Amino acid sequence: MSVLEISGLHVVYPPDVPVVRGLDLAVEGGEVVGVVGESGSGKSALALAVLGLLPAGARARGSVRLRGAELLGRSDAELARVRGRDLAMVFQDPLSALTPVHPVGDQIAETIQIHAGATRRAARARAVELLDLVGIPDAARRARAHPHEFSGGMRQRVMIAMAIANDPVAIVADEPTTALDVTVQAQILDVLRVARDATGAAIVLITHDLGVVADLADRVVVMYAGREVESGPVGDVYRRPRMPYTIGLLRSLPRLDAPRERGARPAPIGGAPPPAGGPPTPCPFRPRCPIGGPECDRAAPAAVLVGAGHRAACVRTAATLDAGRVFPAVPAPPPPRRPPRAERPAVLRISGLARHFPPRGAFARRAAGAVRAVDGVSLEVRAGETLGLVGESGCGKTTLLMEILRLERPQRGRIAVFGRDVAALSPKVRKALRRDLQVVFQDPATSLDPRMRVRDILTQPLRTHRVARAAVPRRVAELLGLVGLEQAHADRYPAALSAGQRQRVAIARALALEPRLLLLDEPVASLDVSVQAQIMDLLEDLRAGLGLAYVFVAHDLAVVRRVADRVAVMYAGRIVEIGAADAVYESPAHPYTRALLDAVPAPDPAGRRGRRTLLADPPDPSSPPAGCPFRPRCPRYAALAAPALLPAAGDELGARGGAVARARCERAVPELAAPDPAVDRSAACHHPPGPP
Amino acid sequence: MTRPPGNRRAVAGAVLLAALFAVAFLGPLAAPWRWDQTDFTAFRAPPSAGHWFGTTQSGRDLFALTLRGMRKSLLIGLLVAVLSTGVAAAVGMTAGVLGGWVDRLLMFGVDLLLVLPSFLAVAVLSPALGGGTGVVLVIAAFLWMITARMVRAMTLSLKERDYVRAARFLGVGPVRVIVRHILPHLASLLVVDAALNVSLAIITEAGLAYLGFGAQPPDASLGTLIADARGAAPAYPWLFASAAGPLVLIVLAVNLLGDGLRDALDPSVPRCAGRAPRRGPRDGVPQALCAVRAPAARAPGKREDAA
Repeated sequence: MSVLEISGLHVVYPPDVPVVRGLDLAVEGGEVVGVVGESGSGKSALALAVLGLLPAGARARGSVRLRGAELLGRSDAELARVRGRDLAMVFQDPLSALTPVHPVGDQIAETIQIHAGATRRAARARAVELLDLVGIPDAARRARAHPHEFSGGMRQRVMIAMAIANDPVAIVADEPTTALDVTVQAQILDVLRVARDATGAAIVLITHDLGVVADLADRVVVMYAGREVESGPVGDVYRRPRMPYTIGLLRSLPRLDAPRERGARPAPIGGAPPPAGGPPTPCPFRPRCPIGGPECDRAAPAAVLVGAGHRAACVRTAATLDAGRVFPAVPAPPPPRRPPRAERPAVLRISGLARHFPPRGAFARRAAGAVRAVDGVSLEVRAGETLGLVGESGCGKTTLLMEILRLERPQRGRIAVFGRDVAALSPKVRKALRRDLQVVFQDPATSLDPRMRVRDILTQPLRTHRVARAAVPRRVAELLGLVGLEQAHADRYPAALSAGQRQRVAIARALALEPRLLLLDEPVASLDVSVQAQIMDLLEDLRAGLGLAYVFVAHDLAVVRRVADRVAVMYAGRIVEIGAADAVYESPAHPYTRALLDAVPAPDPAGRRGRRTLLADPPDPSSPPAGCPFRPRCPRYAALAAPALLPAAGDELGARGGAVARARCERAVPELAAPDPAVDRSAACHHPPGPP
Repeated sequence: MTRPPGNRRAVAGAVLLAALFAVAFLGPLAAPWRWDQTDFTAFRAPPSAGHWFGTTQSGRDLFALTLRGMRKSLLIGLLVAVLSTGVAAAVGMTAGVLGGWVDRLLMFGVDLLLVLPSFLAVAVLSPALGGGTGVVLVIAAFLWMITARMVRAMTLSLKERDYVRAARFLGVGPVRVIVRHILPHLASLLVVDAALNVSLAIITEAGLAYLGFGAQPPDASLGTLIADARGAAPAYPWLFASAAGPLVLIVLAVNLLGDGLRDALDPSVPRCAGRAPRRGPRDGVPQALCAVRAPAARAPGKREDAA
């Protein structure tokens, strides 16, 4: 029996933009239905329509029934009685969803008082119970804390506690983990599972992340241009997708579990998702579809049953039986021919680099309380190789990049670019060096001046470095071709380009001066999955064609796995593990690397692993714990307390050995060990695992 | 929407302002009397074919006098606006880009000028500096501080934008960064500020003249005309209306223009639904895409694909 039934839902944004065009969805109690789609697919409009929170002027038509009662068309006052009681929500950004001026316990209690009519005392007691249920330690005390005193993950737990406070029938979670780090995301997914089990509510999980859906959902609905294009049990859809869009999406997703194929890669979905409310076409995916035929242009494809409960809206389901043939693998550029690593010159060498920020607004600029954004980093990038730099937000990845880019004397340590120490550069040499060292930022919407045309954006670096005026137009044309843009794009403003095209412009600008080292700061994080794959392919092609070296910063380990030759894992301003990508990913030596890899939800429902979730949150960078900064979250450190788990498990001896071992973690910050001669990998841990 | 869209208001203001300019500067060609002539046959005469706005107590033609006042007011308004906004932009951007002790020194100066009771200072200083240019300088000197602070704050935030950083990392020098990447983004603020300063300057000048600190007889300004008509307004309304009307019109036109420009140039307001497509950044954006962006931005707690 479905508790939440959506049928024939249409949502139109003003002035006349259809964003959801006829959606049917039924969710049973205790079931988690994942709704996935790229930006503009209408998934958020769906959530808002269900909750009755559509922006002013937007119209919804069709039917949304909660336990048989129609929700559409009811007044806000009537809906307010349903929302928060039978129908609960979890938003993406818990900081703006919680009131900053009240303790979180009171906010949860308030919903209980309003909807259940409980007394204040009972409601507060229940609020503490709920906070405990969602895994907030010391709940009774933390209930009196204000939202800003919680970390992002803890705030999201509070939101979930509030959502389940009145035993809802259905919960709508709109991108509940998108703003969170991967380790915290894993925790929140567990909490959502707990919430479902505790309330038996139906959960509609809206996300762009196929991994999250595979991890949590029972059924999945894939949305494209406001329509459902495929739906079914998660296992079926992921294993045997039948709609070309789903197939392309799943195949272009970078994966942790699949080692990099040499010499071939799946063809990415071309083009970009259509803007919301584009002109109605029979099949919205037709322009990007590799197997589309004349029959696709006739009428909107009806959903056909292709398996038990598995529907695909495609007229050519016969052609999609073998998913591999829809998006066949295309030859990847051969790995660049290059001498062995030891013989290549170092393009970037960093040793003992530190960057501390003084505490905000502090009168005395004492060292105590300074934010240690980068705290003793040493690494080396050789010509023609890609170093992936991964870590949670706030670990100092971006600060490290900015320190390199400044090309000035660092607070501590040394940076040498192409063999020249940056501390001793004259302004002229520094400017000349910038030709060889370029950067691509995360969000092309902010890294391109909105008031400059693409042509001007690409001309600027050339003119700055005195390229002859006559040579500029040819170079601009060349650059556009290099990154796969058309010449006509030169006259556009960035706002008139899609996100993927904008990122191509940003890459073209970085390449304008033919650099040898490119620093990429999360270059694909702000892009849709299908566009992400295109940009990754472009970066691979450029590296092969131009012999570039990359420093590739990303929080997404799967993305890094795909591009990197070597990987450095950062934690609290330090590198805790560095080495060849294959070695680090396949047998990580540091417990943090292990935890990061475990936390990434694989886009494969069969592979829901028994994950070891990290317990606490990332440390406060202004007051890291003494000794190893990872200690409070470290499963290995925790295991040292239990002597039975130690390899040398003599009782008395083990206990003492454990205490001694723990004392090392508590006293000294571990340094990177000398690299293992057999595998190119070293970790900064007092207790690395023994040889396998 | 109850107010007409920004660009329509701006156009209305601009048209009105242009008309007032035309009247003030071309009017004397058509007027039968010059402002410094006296008609001894008509004292306090009501409007007529000979004296379109009537005459004053001493027989001077009010139409000519009003035009004289308007010219003065318009010129003072424009000069003050350009001067004060220019100073504000220069000081604010210098402080924002250079930072450090330059920033502290300039902001100290700004704060010092802000705490001075500006109208009193202007009133005391303007006669000492003489007529026309003196008044312009003194009024401008007390109008730029708050804008300078705004410019500085915006410069500070613009300086941290990725595209400014990208330009710096490309090796673009600071002057070029200011001209190419910072000034264009301050342009809307500065244009609006200048427009609003015009009306402030006109009112200040009129106020000074009313109190006797501005134009001295026989010269006339809108302020002195209003002051002269003060006592006689109920009995001889044209004396008052002929000076106060243009003042109201000028200020209204300038405010419309400034207000409209603010809305029209504000990049945070999507320029799609219902508005004529404007120059620049949005060229070629499908209307639909544009329209969706606004509601989506208001959706609660939404941050697509955060890092």
